[in-house]
Amino acid sequence: MIPGTFDYHAPKTLKKAVSLLNEHEDAKILAGGHSLIPLMKLRFAAPAVVIDIGRVSGISRIRISDGHIQIGALTTHHTIGSNARLRRVCPVLPETANEIGDLQVRNRGTLGGSVVHADPAADWPAAMMALRASFEVAGPSGTREVSASDFFVDMMTTTIGDGEILSQIRIPEPPAGSGSAYAKMHQSASGFAITGVAAQLTLDESGNVSAAGVGVTGVAPIAYTASAVEDALVGKAPDEGAIAAAAALAADGVQDANEDHHASGEYRMHLATVLASRALASAAERAKS
Amino acid sequence: MPVAKSVGARIKRREDPRLIQGLATYVDDLQLPGMCYVAFVRSPHAHAKIQSIDTSAASALDGVVSVVTGADVNPDVGGVPCAATDFPNVQVPEHPVLAEDKVRFVGEPLAAVVAVDRYVAQDAVDLVEVDYDPLEAVSDAEAALEPGSVKLYDHFDSNQAFTWDLEGGDVDAGLKEADRVISQRFIHQRLAPNPIEPRGVAADFNAGDEQLTLWSSTQIPHILRTQVALMIGLNENRVRVIAPEVGGGFGCKLNVYAEEAVLGHLAKKLERPVKWMESRRENFLHTIHGRDQLGDVEIGMKNDGTITTLKYNVVADVGSYFQLLTPAIPTLTGLMLCGCYQIRNVSMHLRAAFTNKMSTDAYRGAGRPEATYIVERIVDCVADELGLDPLEVRRKNFIVKDSFPYETGTGLSYDSGDYTIALDKALKNADYEGLRKKQAELRDEGRYLGIGLSTYAEICGMGPSAAMPAGGWESGTVRVDPTGKVTVLTGIKPHGQGQETTFAQLIADGLGVDVDDVKIVHGDTDSVQYGTGTFGSRGTAVGGTAMIMAMEKVKKKVKKFAAHMLEANIDDIELEDDRYVVKGNPERGVSLADVSGHAHRGIDMPEDTEPGLAESHFFEPSNFTYPFGTHIAVVEVDKDTGEVDIQRYVAVDDVGNIINPMIVEGQIHGGIVQGLGQALYEEVIYDESGQVLTGTFMDYTMPKAHFFPRFELDNTVTPTPVNPMGVKGVGEAGTIGSTPAIVNAVIDALKPFGVRHIDMPLRPEKLWRLMNGGESS
Repeated sequence: MIPGTFDYHAPKTLKKAVSLLNEHEDAKILAGGHSLIPLMKLRFAAPAVVIDIGRVSGISRIRISDGHIQIGALTTHHTIGSNARLRRVCPVLPETANEIGDLQVRNRGTLGGSVVHADPAADWPAAMMALRASFEVAGPSGTREVSASDFFVDMMTTTIGDGEILSQIRIPEPPAGSGSAYAKMHQSASGFAITGVAAQLTLDESGNVSAAGVGVTGVAPIAYTASAVEDALVGKAPDEGAIAAAAALAADGVQDANEDHHASGEYRMHLATVLASRALASAAERAKS
Repeated sequence: MPVAKSVGARIKRREDPRLIQGLATYVDDLQLPGMCYVAFVRSPHAHAKIQSIDTSAASALDGVVSVVTGADVNPDVGGVPCAATDFPNVQVPEHPVLAEDKVRFVGEPLAAVVAVDRYVAQDAVDLVEVDYDPLEAVSDAEAALEPGSVKLYDHFDSNQAFTWDLEGGDVDAGLKEADRVISQRFIHQRLAPNPIEPRGVAADFNAGDEQLTLWSSTQIPHILRTQVALMIGLNENRVRVIAPEVGGGFGCKLNVYAEEAVLGHLAKKLERPVKWMESRRENFLHTIHGRDQLGDVEIGMKNDGTITTLKYNVVADVGSYFQLLTPAIPTLTGLMLCGCYQIRNVSMHLRAAFTNKMSTDAYRGAGRPEATYIVERIVDCVADELGLDPLEVRRKNFIVKDSFPYETGTGLSYDSGDYTIALDKALKNADYEGLRKKQAELRDEGRYLGIGLSTYAEICGMGPSAAMPAGGWESGTVRVDPTGKVTVLTGIKPHGQGQETTFAQLIADGLGVDVDDVKIVHGDTDSVQYGTGTFGSRGTAVGGTAMIMAMEKVKKKVKKFAAHMLEANIDDIELEDDRYVVKGNPERGVSLADVSGHAHRGIDMPEDTEPGLAESHFFEPSNFTYPFGTHIAVVEVDKDTGEVDIQRYVAVDDVGNIINPMIVEGQIHGGIVQGLGQALYEEVIYDESGQVLTGTFMDYTMPKAHFFPRFELDNTVTPTPVNPMGVKGVGEAGTIGSTPAIVNAVIDALKPFGVRHIDMPLRPEKLWRLMNGGESS
């Protein structure tokens, strides 16, 4: 890698990282490095200052307590993918993690880095939408909390301000009777999602859907919540017919679908329906067991 | 061949321990005192006039040693050479090492920066200001040949680079004779070879010795030495080329590139060692590409499946300039168009087009994958047209076993073959009948299984010099040290093929020494006699033969010494294990070390015998070799997504005699994956303005191990009479055989949807559309 010249800082606390970020113009945060470094390597990005948060303590843990799953922004995909408790409590999280890149990428790349980069083909945003995640953002005047639906603004753009750092991701702990899953088609070169659908279903005692969460990535400039799918399922038994009818609405309302030589917009929208159906079927299966 | 101990054994590659442990030396590992680093300024435009280049800011940057442009360098450095320009209607472009007036593709170098480290060099590149006047570009070969197209070369009549015609038999008579005629367009998309190690060059000039040493990641160190010496104006004996460890080539390092001459020139001019390592991005832009033909085939057939004629009318997109062998590559397609079939009436009409893209040249298979793809697809199209099993059409048209040597309609003489045994074995290994039954059952369930066959024959062991653009012979020297250890100097340049192991196996058996006592030296023009290099599946078939012939000369002398030492008749000396013994009296014997020690002492010599024990041989092959085989792919295509699941891959290859089965399997494995890469994933895409859309691994799909099932490999053995070992070559077989097998399988799966052909790469979306009411291509 032959990047341009930059200054390098490696703070040990979040507070210090935030203050460094606010002291310097043209500074970039380096977490796992899997988005920033390729850009710097091609000199598409040439920040004057790189603030490496790899040594910041307290932002790389998974905690499940008080009805919440809290994941530090610096937690690697591998850590999430191999967490046995998450596999039981919220299987869509490890399932998504294990669909990302390859082993080396999963060992270095982080949840926070992925959502902040907001690549339209990234895997995590689908699960964040489906699970109604919220993001704790640290800035010079303290922290604020943003819901996933407000967090993603546009392709590669979030609500995070220039002087802010994502610190924690908070997800409501799924109630008993819940199941979740992720279904994805890989872009063959990069391993990113051509389309990915994350789904969570909660069943009531009679086996009907009491709550549904469906997030779709890869199709639109930002990941979105497939509300039409969710609405179609609530109150119904998640059988094959109900799932198929609901999944068919997975790309409803998408205006400018993403398009490149790997896949047209039309195909991505179609895949959203197929993958929604698959993710919902697995989620229902898990909710029942 | 002597009775073999080593030959035929699965000996682990002797190259691997150093590779695995990081002990190998690549160009990038080289560090010399005072070494400078070179970075190139490359065109971001596909086609533009260069109005001016301002290097002042770059030159002023701290750490920059020199900045040179075409105006500085081109007067002293000749253009990039092409060894194959003898073609009808050829227009040969000037190919300066640094573009001066005009750039013609994205990535073309036009200036070079020399600096104290790579970072400064790259910073300085960003400071070179080039004033371009962008011109309209043409990136489509057919459009480039239209009258009125934008021209790459103002002084040429058109963008037509050359033409070439081949006709065997009488194609029009074949059409008349046919019961039916069909035509089909085939596209062989452009591919990037992508070796794991990109190119790299280092150069060091010693003014005292007037000696330039050039390290390059190349497959052809000797040819490179000759060409670089001519380009930069040094006597050839003042240039030493070293190809150190080379991390793969696949043909893209069978070339002479601008950077090699520029680095040599800069080292000489600056009298400082210089190094340049290609980035992956540069590799995508300015290392040769492969394939890129599109053409229409007309095929005549009898109702029983007999193919009466094959006409191929093709446009080859050669890119902007000629590299070393650019024009020769599509001609190999013509020569191999008949595959393993008795097609007496065959023709190819080729037009080559200049476009604003990187040059095409040899990429694993080099012209033959195109031929095999066409003929293997055609056989399936014929079966489809006539409602026959593709298997039966193949059997109907096979060249039969007892007709070898077989003269093809394209003028080649196939050495040996038995296409039926390889086919039968593959059918049995795959359980073809069972697969067809399963296919029928699954179709009833709305699932789409496809079974694809490829019964390929290919041309290897390149080759007779008269048929090669730059010589086809190879050299070998076998030296026995006074202590009896053996050193081989081979003119080939292995870069993954494993000849440090297989050649040692041959020598071990041939001379009666341990494999570990044999050292294979290659890739240094100061140590090794002139040679040709590694390409065209020739390393063992041609280079190995040269070594074996030299070894036989050594062995003859060893026997002469042994007879003298044992006071026996030379005709009675035979090699038994590791001793040369007197026939019928095995306790009377000497080892190779005994003989070599004696021969190097130089006293008590047999009559008319020189001291020492070293011999060389330059081998000129009498013919090419023609490996063959049958590949069977089994796929299931998901109707909802169009995704292809490769369920099984069965291959039976016949590459003649096998020296090391493990190495042969490794070559086949890699070859299959590369062929499947073309079928399913890979494509270099230039947009209409000549910009590359697939310039990183985020967009260009390299096949990965987890895409594939475990391959089920087997073989038959039909030795070639062309060389004494009976080996045919295996470097390209897998790539050539596998592409049509998988495409045929996918098309077979989609047969219920009325699909006869789909162009590569078979992306899921394409298949999904065809399975859901979309257009067939």
